[in-house]
Amino acid sequence: MDTIFYTLQDFMIFTKGITYIIMGGILVFMPLFWCFLTQRDED
Amino acid sequence: MAISRRKFLGGIGAALGGAAASLGTAYGASNKHFKGHPNSFGVLHDITRCIGCRKCEEACNTVNDLPKPETSFEDLSVLDSKRRTDADIYTVVNRFNTPEPVFAKKQCNHCLEPACASACFVKAFTKTKSGAVTYNEKVCVGCRYCMVACPFEIPAYEYHKALTPSVTKCTMCFPRIIEGKLPGCVEICPKEALIFGERDKLIKAAWQRIYKFPDKYTAHVYGEHEMGGTSWLYISGDEFSKVGMREDLGIKSAPELTSGALAAVPIVVGLWPVFLTGAYAISKRKEKIAQQEKDQAVAETLANAQEEAAKKLEDLREKLNQEKASAINFEVKKALEEAAKKAEEEKQAQEAQEEEEPDQADDADGEDPSKEDE
Amino acid sequence: MATENTQPADSKFTPFNIVTGIILVIGGILTILRFTQGIGAVTNLDNNNPWGIWIGFDLLCGVALAAGGYVTSAACYIFGFKRYHSAVRPAILTAFLGYALVVFALHYDVGRPWRLPYPIFYSQGTSSLLFEVGLCVFLYLTVLFVEFTPAAFEWLGLKKIREVVVKLTMILTIFGVILSTLHQSSLGALFMIAPSKLHPLWYSGYLHVYFFVSSMFAGMSMVIFEGTLAHRWLSHKMDDTHHHEAPGVAFGFAKAASLIMMGYLCIKIIGIAMDNNWHYLATGWGAWFLVELIGFVAFPAILYAMGSREQNMLMVRWAAVWTVLGIVLNRLNISIVAFNYHLPSADRYIPSIMEIGTSVFIVTVGIVVYRFITTRMPILYEHPDYKTH
Ligand code: SF4
Ligand code: SF4
Ligand code: SF4
Repeated sequence: MDTIFYTLQDFMIFTKGITYIIMGGILVFMPLFWCFLTQRDED
Repeated sequence: MAISRRKFLGGIGAALGGAAASLGTAYGASNKHFKGHPNSFGVLHDITRCIGCRKCEEACNTVNDLPKPETSFEDLSVLDSKRRTDADIYTVVNRFNTPEPVFAKKQCNHCLEPACASACFVKAFTKTKSGAVTYNEKVCVGCRYCMVACPFEIPAYEYHKALTPSVTKCTMCFPRIIEGKLPGCVEICPKEALIFGERDKLIKAAWQRIYKFPDKYTAHVYGEHEMGGTSWLYISGDEFSKVGMREDLGIKSAPELTSGALAAVPIVVGLWPVFLTGAYAISKRKEKIAQQEKDQAVAETLANAQEEAAKKLEDLREKLNQEKASAINFEVKKALEEAAKKAEEEKQAQEAQEEEEPDQADDADGEDPSKEDE
Repeated sequence: MATENTQPADSKFTPFNIVTGIILVIGGILTILRFTQGIGAVTNLDNNNPWGIWIGFDLLCGVALAAGGYVTSAACYIFGFKRYHSAVRPAILTAFLGYALVVFALHYDVGRPWRLPYPIFYSQGTSSLLFEVGLCVFLYLTVLFVEFTPAAFEWLGLKKIREVVVKLTMILTIFGVILSTLHQSSLGALFMIAPSKLHPLWYSGYLHVYFFVSSMFAGMSMVIFEGTLAHRWLSHKMDDTHHHEAPGVAFGFAKAASLIMMGYLCIKIIGIAMDNNWHYLATGWGAWFLVELIGFVAFPAILYAMGSREQNMLMVRWAAVWTVLGIVLNRLNISIVAFNYHLPSADRYIPSIMEIGTSVFIVTVGIVVYRFITTRMPILYEHPDYKTH
């Protein structure tokens, strides 16, 4: 990923884009992890 | 247990969300712009003119009354190794082979927004309106955060003083310039590689040289924007990274770098009491509801039990009453019969005394039978 | 240990006491050296590396690992987690001792320690994050002290004053959490002023958030870890409530820590994305960064999760130790390893043996005081006269 950015605008478009994808991943991952964490203590 | 733990986590999660939201984005300064002290002084160092004679180092040593070093200032062999400022060396000249030898002087750059001043927790540094950044040894605690903060790696510390160590650095000869004199190093420089003057004018002069001799200079006035700008300015033939000066510092000044984190502090103070007492209230309420539910359940079972007991009691009483009643009836009958008998007997004896007997027997049906026997 | 063959006639000469004694004597000598010859005589600090392990370990790790105090009291009093009650006192005590030691250690590190009150009382440099840290640590130390006094009052039998302080519990807890949030995060923010010196993988605009979030699981892990140690060595000092509640506390904190660590992992990745630092991951620094993040955050987080799922205390305890090490690694990375990463190796800082000795001495002082207090005051048990509250 050695793209060179000349403007903050381009940089933001790129990094925020990746960040949104990661955010989506987190929103999927965290509930799964939560399930893993608490699965056994439904009593 | 499991449920209450989850509540607790939920609370932390909420707090975290708040933290991220408030800590991540806040900035203090908005679009205010600060231009620094008007007409403040600075020094322009023309690296192409410097011959590495170390006269400035000597002058600096003298005007600041610093202890004389072991090797004399005439000895140019010290240029063989890279040096930095030290506790009793406020300025050094280094040689860079680019491949031709080039000399560059190093000292405090007297930033327009000094990182050292921003970092110091006792306000030991002051950006004076002369342009010099001065240091007040009388308040310094010696935490050395200023040294961590300075992007040019300038302040030094008297590590070997046991009780009264201080931070030291170039003062831009503040005591001299307020007297109208030139800084020691500037005054002595034989090649006019150092020029003292108003910073704004020095920037113009620097660019004029660059325009006039585009082949001689690289088109960059170091210090014009670095870390928010500095009062000490440099022009050079080579890229500055080749003469020991970092070109990756950026143009953000120190206060800008920390304003976000500093701005988060009051927000935390403002919002945390709300979050925390809120969380407290929620947990209290849940506790209360749980308690109420428990109480209610207890009360209900109690009520049920009571009702049942009452019913049983009632039944018992009824039964007893019935029994009693029949017993009474029996007794009453008996009594009546007896009374009748008696009465007849007595009637025969004395006719006057027989009015109340049947009345009393009627009452006795509902009420206390014990009186009846009378 | 060469202490094995000393005569066991005098019970005071236990191996523990002998080692402690030696460390304290060495510490005393180092103290004299430091205050007669200067910082330079005992440390490897220099002008390029003004902060060494006395800041990186004693201050940064000390404060992070003392976070158990605010985490536990918040869980118990604010989030209504009553079962943690028996864990509050030991956590408050360790936090108080931790902070006291941090301040003690600072007296060695700063050049003129008698001026330490200056930033608060004499010349306030409010633009500095260190000012913020100093003010909060000062206030929080006071709060912790007050929170701790009921134990001392019970020990001394001062019922009336104790009642007054106990009434303040709620307000003190809220104060404690606010102050902790502030200085835990500000410790990270200290480095935000030096983007040119801290390696980009560790430098972030989120540094303060990272420090705050990691302080939470640092505190929880420390509570579990101390619990393990106390159970091993001070079990006889604990009452039934403590014994009974301890596993619940450990599993509860294990689960909380696991979740928070995953959250921390997420925001660390977001940090890389925001600054577009992906390409550094392929360098040596990147490898080291991943060791910290995967080896000492993701791994113990999963270990915690498994331990809490399977109610496996051993796993939880290992995860706690691992997490504590991870916190130490992180703080040292930021303050020492990845700090001044741009300098040639000859100019880099490696702590001197005397610096390490001083840090060991300070930790030992902490352990000695902790033992002194827990064997005398009602910390690990409830005082019989004050059972009902
Ligand atoms: S160069 Fe360093 S010491 Fe000099 S004013 Fe700037 S930050 Fe301060
Ligand atoms: S060492 Fe002195 S001058 Fe530097 S930041 Fe600390 S108190 Fe301020
Ligand atoms: S301005 Fe004064 S203190 Fe600074 S380097 Fe020159 S002579 Fe030394």
